[in-house]
Amino acid sequence: MRDELTKAWFIALKDLRAYYFKPPTISWGILFPFVFALAFLLRNPQGAHELAPGLIAMSLIFGTTSMSTASIMFERRIGSFERVILAPVTMWGVALGKILGGVVFGLLVSSVMVPLVFLFFRPTLVNPALLVLAVLLSSFLFSGFGCFLSLIVRQEFDAMTLANAVRLPMIFLSGVFLPLTALPLGLKVVAFWFPLTYEVELLRYALLGSVDLIPPLPAVGAMLAGCALLLWASQRALERRRRNP
Amino acid sequence: MNQAIEVHGLTRSYGDLVAVDHIHFSVKEGEIFGFLGPNGAGKTTTVRMLSGLITPTEGKASLLGFDLETQTKEVKAHIGVVQDVSNLYPDLTCYYNLIFSAQIYGVPRRDWEARALELLERFGLLEKKERKFLTLSRGMKRKLTIACALIHNPPLLFLDEPTLGLDVRAKRMMHRLIEELNHEGVTIFLTTHQIAEAGKLCDRIAIINRGKILVLDTVKGIRSKASAEPSIRISFHRNEGLAPELLALPSVDRVRAQGDHYHLSVRDLPLALTEITRFAEGKGLLIGSLHTEEPSSEEAFVQLTGIEAEKMR
Repeated sequence: MRDELTKAWFIALKDLRAYYFKPPTISWGILFPFVFALAFLLRNPQGAHELAPGLIAMSLIFGTTSMSTASIMFERRIGSFERVILAPVTMWGVALGKILGGVVFGLLVSSVMVPLVFLFFRPTLVNPALLVLAVLLSSFLFSGFGCFLSLIVRQEFDAMTLANAVRLPMIFLSGVFLPLTALPLGLKVVAFWFPLTYEVELLRYALLGSVDLIPPLPAVGAMLAGCALLLWASQRALERRRRNP
Repeated sequence: MNQAIEVHGLTRSYGDLVAVDHIHFSVKEGEIFGFLGPNGAGKTTTVRMLSGLITPTEGKASLLGFDLETQTKEVKAHIGVVQDVSNLYPDLTCYYNLIFSAQIYGVPRRDWEARALELLERFGLLEKKERKFLTLSRGMKRKLTIACALIHNPPLLFLDEPTLGLDVRAKRMMHRLIEELNHEGVTIFLTTHQIAEAGKLCDRIAIINRGKILVLDTVKGIRSKASAEPSIRISFHRNEGLAPELLALPSVDRVRAQGDHYHLSVRDLPLALTEITRFAEGKGLLIGSLHTEEPSSEEAFVQLTGIEAEKMR
């Protein structure tokens, strides 16, 4: 177990060293959410602080999914992904390592985004510990999502298309810009299936002290379950690739 | 002598295509074992199965006493694998590529630096230590890829087409390196499509085609099996269209037109020479050149497998 965790950490460190400064990762992680939020801010300057949780959530989802997807798809294309499969580490260790790289990147992205959000959007900070927990869980969850996605597709293009096909609708239906309470019942049901919904609710509670629909404890539970599910699914996808390359 | 690799009925299918078809062989500790065959014969698929990269559809294998199916992690910890492409991390330096290999192969932390520097020096890459992998020449990339596979001192090394795309000088260097490693006690499983390379380096060779092993013997054994049929290289002043008539001679088994001459595989050399001389006289042909030859590795290969040597190039 310790051996697996250590090797997973080495895989994550290698990813950070190799891909940290790749332009797509930086741009999707920081610039895109900021520009997006700025557009909404210009339209509704009075409700600026309401945008704070969504902005942090967006930067995390784009930063972490981009990081894990880009690193895996790039390595798959040039053949170096097979190096970690050849190494004496289980597929659990490989999946965890790939996800952890995204988690560390998520923490770095949020260490830039959170101060910026406080500077421009001025939310009140009700629960700092919950903010840290939300950032950690979200980073793991979305890095896991990117990892899983890049292991089930054939081409790099498919991964990006599929990632955006999930990420973009999620942003509009998970309470980032519109409160969940304002959604019609059908879309509310859809929103409950999106992990971003729980992240935004958790961040909303940590930053503003209120939630739309989901209290913090169930949100943490749902996110933990999502993390476990995506780690398991990524490991299964790796095993499947060994059986049906 | 212990067996480094034992393979029983190993098979790998992709849908209807059987890439490797119930192969059996064993590799002794300390030998250089050649796995020879044309492109698409099943060589790389076999290496990918034996190194744990893909799972076999059927069959069993054990490496260094570890069962491939149930002790995959132990197998991986004791082997080094150099794939047919130099697939290190392009944006990382030579030094960090080695350090990362040491990390995931479980080399103790205190040995990382010393081991990396030792390998960089051995492979003549010490002054390229801080260069990114992507900036290296093809030969250097190959060397560093092999160095990474040796970081944990594996007793068994898989080399998949190690000289593919290298120039003559780099190829010679690679051959020397393979021999050196073998002298140091490393068992080497070498896949190649180059007959001369396998003949030069390997103690034993398995020839694979369409997923099946056709021949498995020592290089000497393969040559002696084939040497029952010596050959004649001959050219006439008029060469066109003589192959069917030469093949009709009783002592001639096979005829290949090669450039400006014919290559004849014959059963009985003195008889064949007499028949050919009579044939030339009868047709009014002048013999331009005539050489009798012991079978080369290539000829032995062609004789035993029926695969044309050109397909291997």
